[in-house]
Amino acid sequence: MENDVLGLLQYDFFRNALLAAFLSSIVCGIIGTYIVSRRLVFISGGITHSSFGGIGLAYFMGFNPIIGALIFSLLSAFGIEFLSKRSDLREDSAIGMIWTIGMALGIIFIAATPGYSPNLMTYLFGSILTVASYDLIAMLVLAIVVIFIFVFFYRTILYVAFDDEYARTRRLPVDFINYLMLSLISFAIVLNIRIVGVILLISFLTIPQVTANIFTKEFKGMLVLSVIFALLGSVVGLLVSYRFNIPSGPSIICVFVLVFLLSKLLRYLAVGLSLRRQMKNSL
Amino acid sequence: MSKIIEIFSLSAGYGDDLVLKDVNLTVNDNDFIGVIGPNGGGKTTLLKVMMGLIKPYSGTITISKSSKRKNGNVFGYLPQITKIDKKFPISVLDVVISGIIPQTGENQITTKEAKLKARSLLERVGGEHLCEKIVGDLSGGQMQRVLLARAIISLPELLVLDEPDTFVDNNFERDLYELLKELNKEMAIIMVSHDLGTISSYVKTIACVNRGLHYHHSNAITEKVLESYNCPIDLIAHGDLPHRVLKEHEHVNHGE
Ligand SMILES: Nc1ncnc2c1ncn2[C@@H]1O[C@H](COP(=O)(O)OP(=O)(O)O)[C@@H](O)[C@H]1O
Ligand SMILES: [Mg+2]
Repeated sequence: MENDVLGLLQYDFFRNALLAAFLSSIVCGIIGTYIVSRRLVFISGGITHSSFGGIGLAYFMGFNPIIGALIFSLLSAFGIEFLSKRSDLREDSAIGMIWTIGMALGIIFIAATPGYSPNLMTYLFGSILTVASYDLIAMLVLAIVVIFIFVFFYRTILYVAFDDEYARTRRLPVDFINYLMLSLISFAIVLNIRIVGVILLISFLTIPQVTANIFTKEFKGMLVLSVIFALLGSVVGLLVSYRFNIPSGPSIICVFVLVFLLSKLLRYLAVGLSLRRQMKNSL
Repeated sequence: MSKIIEIFSLSAGYGDDLVLKDVNLTVNDNDFIGVIGPNGGGKTTLLKVMMGLIKPYSGTITISKSSKRKNGNVFGYLPQITKIDKKFPISVLDVVISGIIPQTGENQITTKEAKLKARSLLERVGGEHLCEKIVGDLSGGQMQRVLLARAIISLPELLVLDEPDTFVDNNFERDLYELLKELNKEMAIIMVSHDLGTISSYVKTIACVNRGLHYHHSNAITEKVLESYNCPIDLIAHGDLPHRVLKEHEHVNHGE
């Protein structure tokens, strides 16, 4: 196995895949912590799926699908925020609408595009083994921007996320932070579509985070641990996918869930042990 | 006595739901105003409009310039506890620190100083044992202590409390009111409460908010007075007091 791995590293595609997993873990670990803490998982699902409409449009019109996805995801992120704040449409209903209209438009555009679209599956399920170097450069830039923003605005982000009304009485730039975070979520989603795909992406933004949440109940701890769990899961998942010749995305998610279940079990045993010790001491 | 905030002919609400109509209220330093009224009467809305969290439909809110206010801190807010997401991953200490208004230049304080300050504030509200905890592990009463510490850490001019006495045990309730009395020497307080019976001996004046506002210029709505108006105290404790009665109080009070 060890030789296998070392051998694999000789291949460009595998080195790129590892690099993609690394950058994706940083971005998704951090952005996902924000998403999970603020309960934005459903919104993020809506943004992810609606971006498929942009991919379809780009195919139809013949421009870069990532640009199309970005336009759609930003529009839907701000659209959901706007619709649920400014009208009496309930937020989850607004999400349901935007989620499906994006998918529907994507399918229509692709059906209307002459010729077969061989890369379509790539966007639905991702393909970490075929990432190009410009994908990696874009992800590297995003990772740097995300780290920078979370380091320098850490407390502002934390306070706005915990209690935005109170933050407003402190004159913190609540609206700015909210829109900045929605934009970062959109960018994170779009740049990871190539790697994990529309359908599986939400797992990167939630499973490592809830696993981290088992061990820490602090935002900062969750940021760091989520990145570590995302990295662990995606590297192991990648190797498993190679070893057993299964698709990499689903393989990574299975590892994520396995790590989550093991962590739960570990936590459960630790709690039981500590309880037993306390009861013995009090006797 | 100097004015902190003056609300004039204010109307506010949500969409086409006009919650507050033609409200007038002046808050001076040293004030301790108890706000009562039925559920949905607009108490929380009034506090939020006052702090600029909701834009009013009409009317004016004037915040006086004050020399006392060095750090730009007017309001210390303790929101209704049901608003807080208890699953949010944040430590008690960070919640209290979030009450500090960030300063620039030489007034800036380090995280270490902020933590020390937060600890001493928690001590003051009787929550020193909560320092190392995270929000998810707090009981309702403990949460109230933490939120109170957050509200007063910046020494606001006006402490705005929205039902700080819910989920609080009797012991802490008494501590809380004594603490508020002490804080009232340093800052004005406006407090929403269900429990008029207990607060009326601590507050100085009473405002009844029920779509409009009726100001009662004393805290002397004693049980006796209430009974004479055929309005038993437990009715008020549950917020069912018809404001018509208080209006008459005000009338009587003026006549005195
Ligand atoms: N965010 C909101 N959107 C729409 N209506 C609201 C909102 N908040 C409160 N209301 C309505 O405004 C009225 C007053 O609410 P509130 O100020 O919370 O009352 P209180 O604090 O006295 O119980 C209620 O009828 C309530 O349904
Ligand atoms: Mg209320």
